[in-house]
Amino acid sequence: MTTPARTDRATGTATTTVDPAAERQGLTLRDVVLTFGDGDDQVAALDHVDLDVAPGELVAVVGPSGAGKSSLLAVAGGLTRPTSGSVRVAGTELVGLSSRALATFRRDNVGFVFQSGNLVPALTAIDQLRLVEKITGRRAATAPLALLDAVGMAEHADRRPARLSGGERQRVGIARALVASPSVLLVDEPTAALDRRRSHEIVELLARETHQFGVATVMVTHDHDVLTHCDRVVEMTDGRLAPVQS
Amino acid sequence: MFLALRELAFARTRFGLMGAVVALISVLTVLLSGLASGLVVDGVSGLLRSPVQAMAFEEGTKTDSAFTRSEVTAVQRDAWQGQADVADAELLGTAIVNAKNDDGTPLDLTLFGVEPQGFVMPAAAEGRAVTAEGEALLSVSAKDEGVEVGDVVTLDRLGTQLTVVGFTEDQRTFGHVDIAFVPLRTWQEVHAGLTPGETADPEVYDVGSVVALRGVDGAPDLAAGDAAAGTSARSIEAAFDSSPGYTAELMTMQLIQIFLYGISALVVGAFFTLWTVQRTRELAVMRAIGASTRFLLTDGVLQAAVLLVGSVAVGTGIGAGLGAMLEGTQMPFVLQGQPVLTGALLLVGLGLAGAAVATGRISSVDPVTALGENR
Ligand SMILES: Nc1ncnc2c1ncn2[C@@H]1O[C@H](COP(=O)(O)OP(=O)(O)OP(=O)(O)O)[C@@H](O)[C@H]1O
Ligand SMILES: [Mg+2]
Repeated sequence: MTTPARTDRATGTATTTVDPAAERQGLTLRDVVLTFGDGDDQVAALDHVDLDVAPGELVAVVGPSGAGKSSLLAVAGGLTRPTSGSVRVAGTELVGLSSRALATFRRDNVGFVFQSGNLVPALTAIDQLRLVEKITGRRAATAPLALLDAVGMAEHADRRPARLSGGERQRVGIARALVASPSVLLVDEPTAALDRRRSHEIVELLARETHQFGVATVMVTHDHDVLTHCDRVVEMTDGRLAPVQS
Repeated sequence: MFLALRELAFARTRFGLMGAVVALISVLTVLLSGLASGLVVDGVSGLLRSPVQAMAFEEGTKTDSAFTRSEVTAVQRDAWQGQADVADAELLGTAIVNAKNDDGTPLDLTLFGVEPQGFVMPAAAEGRAVTAEGEALLSVSAKDEGVEVGDVVTLDRLGTQLTVVGFTEDQRTFGHVDIAFVPLRTWQEVHAGLTPGETADPEVYDVGSVVALRGVDGAPDLAAGDAAAGTSARSIEAAFDSSPGYTAELMTMQLIQIFLYGISALVVGAFFTLWTVQRTRELAVMRAIGASTRFLLTDGVLQAAVLLVGSVAVGTGIGAGLGAMLEGTQMPFVLQGQPVLTGALLLVGLGLAGAAVATGRISSVDPVTALGENR
């Protein structure tokens, strides 16, 4: 496992030196700009953003509402095409890929954990994971039940989301994101619907899985309590990214 | 199929209701199809089950009133008989009459005046064949009216008496009225309006409504025969249209069926549109995870297929059961495998089309919407 460094080396400038292996495996954003609208209404959701996340590293993104945090995740995960700049995940440049190629790429390399889990209502916990196997068309490297066990949800494997608490749903969501053994894990406000204790549990879990599976994880959060579990914290303001001294 | 089946089970009340609607529509479709087939049999079984391949009408008679208006002569029959590809040409007289049975019960009959030894006269399954004037062989369905062998039926107005000597094996009706096969001469006298005992001019025995035709090898060349005989001949199927009420009835039934198919497709389409809209969020999540449009569309259409095939099968089964019960009654109802199957396939096919259009919305769901606040 890569030992994540608690430094600020990867943010702010494009000239920072990065471990070449980490660059190949993790997530790299270079000079990324994302604008919405045109003319006077133009909004720069991302304003020349640079970010490197190494495998096994958990980076938290904080910032006020509307700062561009979700936009950062959307661009990093190939859901939104940036206006300019470069996005590399596991050594692949995403800018320029077709929608179909992006879907395939996400399927094989990117894990998402959504707010409040965003599970499929009709499926039991274990089936949420099996659905990903159906989508990717291959078996998970770690069996679904073992993954559920890793997030402490093995005994609720046969429950549908309606019968799970918010924290339990979030755990299943994390297990689901790990099924395809992604290189990058993108997490949007995982603790928004949870109390303090559950929030800590979930982010601890994310940190543990990030380190254990060697995933480059970016987590957007409003919750400053949970930042202690993160390897590094960056702050987003008006589309700009700056390191936060811990 | 993985997701499709689990969602069917999960939202079973909603899918159950939808399935029930489709099943009920299938029941209706079966009943309508049985009724349509029944009306055909009831309307033209006399023609449908006869060996006649074509009918030569008087030249220029309109299609809708051909059987009642047309009058042809023995000369024209002989001209048809002279055609090389015509095996049999016979005068056939038709007339719808009101009559009364022995006990005074009113009876509607279609008189078919045919040569007693000719090819049009059907065999008697009960009683015996017609041998003399004033005798009649009735459609077996007339027994439902209480007619028996040996009864004497008296025609209203003229007072002509017909002795029932036998019944045909299967139903022979024309314009929903039982046929009485009588000797051509008897029909000719009725046609001329002769009361019993009145003497007739010889030319009375020279006419029929149409010339019934049978070819040597398949249907004869109608154009050539028409040219020789000065008639206007139609194939037996085309002659159905000239039977009383036939076209109007069938058009009505077909219109109702077409509406049912349309309604079914729209209802199924509307249901799956709502269903897809309801699933927008999970669809966005699955797309974000990397599910291809094809994966999601296949799943959605398969789900619709399972629902449709299941409910149409159940509905058709129930419809066939109900139909079997109706077949024994007075209702003109005939269950036929092929039209029922066609109807079922149409329901499934059109429903699938509706569902496919609705499910197509999947391709416009934006995966980005999976991020951010829980909308
Ligand atoms: N589809 C869009 N069209 C136009 N503007 C958009 C769109 N998506 C985001 N924006 C704008 O981009 C900016 C950044 O939005 P984003 O959702 O990334 O913020 P955020 O930091 O995630 O906010 P929050 O904390 O409230 O979730 C905002 O000003 C927003 O209005
Ligand atoms: Mg956001």
